[in-house]
Amino acid sequence: MKKVAGIAIILIAVIIITTLIDINFIRPYNMKNILRWTGLFGLLSVGECFVILTGGIDLSLGSIVGLIGALSAHFLKVQRMSIPLTLFLCIGLALIMGLLHGVLVTKVKIPPFVVTLCGLFIYRGMARFTMKDITQGYGNEFEGLKFLANGRIPSAFWSSGSAPKIIADWSIPMPFVILVIVGIVLAIFLNRSIYGRYILALGRNERAARFSGINTDKMTIIAYIISTSCAGLAAILFSLDLNTVQPSTAGSMYELYAIAGCVVGGTSLRGGEGGILGVIIGTAIVRVLYNSINIIGIATQLEYTVIGLVILVGVSIDEVLRLIAAKRSLKEMQKEK
Amino acid sequence: MQDKQARRLLEMRGITKYFPGVRALNNVDLELNRGEILAIIGENGAGKSTLVKILGGIYYPDTGKIILDEKEVIVDSVQTATNLRIAFVHQELNLSDNLDVGANIFLCREPRKKNIFRLIDQKKIYEDTKKILKRINMHCSPYILVRELTIGSQQMVEIAKSLSINAQILIMDEPTSSLSRYETEQLFKVLKELRSQGVSIIYISHRLGEVKEVADRVMVLRDGAVSGHLSQEEISHDNMVRLMVGRDIEKFYRRKHVVTEKPVFEVKDFIVPSKPNRRINFSIYTGEILVLAGLVGAGRTEIAHALFGIDKPLSGEILLNGKLLKINSPQDAIREGIGLVPEDRYLNGLIIEMAVEENITLVGLNHYQKMKMIQFKMARSIAHEMVTKLDIRLRNIYQVVESLSGGNQQKVVLAKWLSLKPKVMLLDEPTRGIDVVAKEEIYRLIERLASQGVATLVISSEMQEVLGIADRILVVYDGEINGELRKEQANEEAVINLATGGK
Repeated sequence: MKKVAGIAIILIAVIIITTLIDINFIRPYNMKNILRWTGLFGLLSVGECFVILTGGIDLSLGSIVGLIGALSAHFLKVQRMSIPLTLFLCIGLALIMGLLHGVLVTKVKIPPFVVTLCGLFIYRGMARFTMKDITQGYGNEFEGLKFLANGRIPSAFWSSGSAPKIIADWSIPMPFVILVIVGIVLAIFLNRSIYGRYILALGRNERAARFSGINTDKMTIIAYIISTSCAGLAAILFSLDLNTVQPSTAGSMYELYAIAGCVVGGTSLRGGEGGILGVIIGTAIVRVLYNSINIIGIATQLEYTVIGLVILVGVSIDEVLRLIAAKRSLKEMQKEK
Repeated sequence: MQDKQARRLLEMRGITKYFPGVRALNNVDLELNRGEILAIIGENGAGKSTLVKILGGIYYPDTGKIILDEKEVIVDSVQTATNLRIAFVHQELNLSDNLDVGANIFLCREPRKKNIFRLIDQKKIYEDTKKILKRINMHCSPYILVRELTIGSQQMVEIAKSLSINAQILIMDEPTSSLSRYETEQLFKVLKELRSQGVSIIYISHRLGEVKEVADRVMVLRDGAVSGHLSQEEISHDNMVRLMVGRDIEKFYRRKHVVTEKPVFEVKDFIVPSKPNRRINFSIYTGEILVLAGLVGAGRTEIAHALFGIDKPLSGEILLNGKLLKINSPQDAIREGIGLVPEDRYLNGLIIEMAVEENITLVGLNHYQKMKMIQFKMARSIAHEMVTKLDIRLRNIYQVVESLSGGNQQKVVLAKWLSLKPKVMLLDEPTRGIDVVAKEEIYRLIERLASQGVATLVISSEMQEVLGIADRILVVYDGEINGELRKEQANEEAVINLATGGK
């Protein structure tokens, strides 16, 4: 909890600093955008977090966003499939991908980095081939479904334009609402269910977990399924939000934002350490940084550099604090003796 | 015959070494002549390895001096030892198996070319390697990758490495523990060849038969002190065993429970994957503490792992109360009521960064859940109960295990399993690395388990422990049960005799 508080303070600090530089940052329009993007990227991050907790990594998420996003638009707009069937096929496909990743990692014992790197290439290629590189979209149909991506509550409960200004200004974008719901479910799973405890245990020490009778393979596979399923859901929302999916580029590099969100949110790449709330705040920090670069007027070409540097500094501070704490406890132990 | 002074190469005088809480060596003297094979033997923990590690520059003695070639030397690092032409072949091979033979032999001492780039002189490496390999009669290409060699050949590469520094003293710490019979014979041939070339060899082994075969002289250590020397004519199995034992074994407590003649846990024709040619048969009776004794590396941990489903056995049957068990994984073993306290609590026994409560409830979490949701109240009360029962000393149950003392950590491992009320408990070196008081407490717990009718199997390499707690002792040698000793017949001599391959 101490760590989450620290991360939250960083988020607030970044918000305050940016606001002081340019008051436009805090305006409703901008905040609405940040929350929507946090919701979309947050879904990727919370999924990724489970794989990282097992000590692995999932690099395939960006390509899954491309493939599933294109497929969902294609199924609905071109194939004229029903909405439930489309959702079922898309999420089902994502789930199977995770199952495959998990089985390859645990049973065939291929390193997670390699398995999901191959996924990154394969799914991108499949997206381009099946769509023949043609950009997919929903046109001006499916307004109901699009509400999930660019609607807001509670302003949506008023007929269009009639909501009081304060509500119209400060309504919460749907992707963020969805992230909160998914986040709560996953947080309960991680912290309150026996499976969550097993995943945390095996991430710390897989051998000891196995010696304790935990089916470590099964738990690891579940983590990969959670990761890709979240990405599948995010993929549909991303495509609805943008209403255009270019099979060759959609979602490209998103896996790195997902990992960044986890790392900034206090998830240790060594495994076994991290939490959902931290990851959501971490994702928000990355989004706020991204946004403030535009607002403050730093050259957009420097965008990646700034994000990279900020993450590096943050993680370095964390490690240094950890070293200091370790030294202090060592001294105390020596004193006791 | 030259005079004695000229033959003497090395003397270690009055070596004493303390480790936290123990005196590993007490005023030990060692002499080594030129062109001699000196075997050092002794029980586990007698101080053999410590002594040679001091000579190899890995440890520094608290008192004592080392005289090499009549000059006093200070061996304060491995580098110094190398410069003094002292080479050390460790029990675990220290080779980079992704590099070839030549590269391994000259690792960190690569000859460089004389030009400005100072690149590695590959040609010289392989020419010198060929010469060295010839010296030990090894016919293999210097270009072959080490991982493609057998363990025996890899050992030869280690020896070749020591020859490349032109060693005058070669220390070998249990070199044959992973070699086949044939490879061992080859190794001895080479050692004898080196001896005739004037190299002095210090040879540590548990296998008394081999010592007899290769040693010119034997030095015996017991509890960190020299308990005797044997000249070549005197080397015999009985003489060696006699010098290795000779301590009074105190009983830790009086046993109260009654051992019945009804077998609870039976193992029949069991074959462990690491020793496919050995069959294991034994039973544990109600109320009995059965101890698997033997030397480190005899294959006892592997037996426990196979019984617990970590490594699948190749064949064999396990029966609990006459019922045949199917155990393919630790989950199966736990379901059938088998628990394992593993040898290494940091690696296998605990998740040290997690809380005491989380560790204790980890194995039984399945029982403390409703619809897969952890019942925290229940888990907490189980943890509290176990902490009280085992008298684990801590501030609170949410403390991370890492912050507890070794003894209390080990009690957490026990608490984990006892919370499940097992029918069979396998305990692999349950008192390793913990203080005397905690040991005593753990013995009492094991005793209580047995008296409650739990079939209890303890693996131990500590003689006092073996003789102190066992109702019956099975002595394991080279992956098989070499003999059985009832409590009445058991003494140190008998155990060591069986543990070193005697009959």
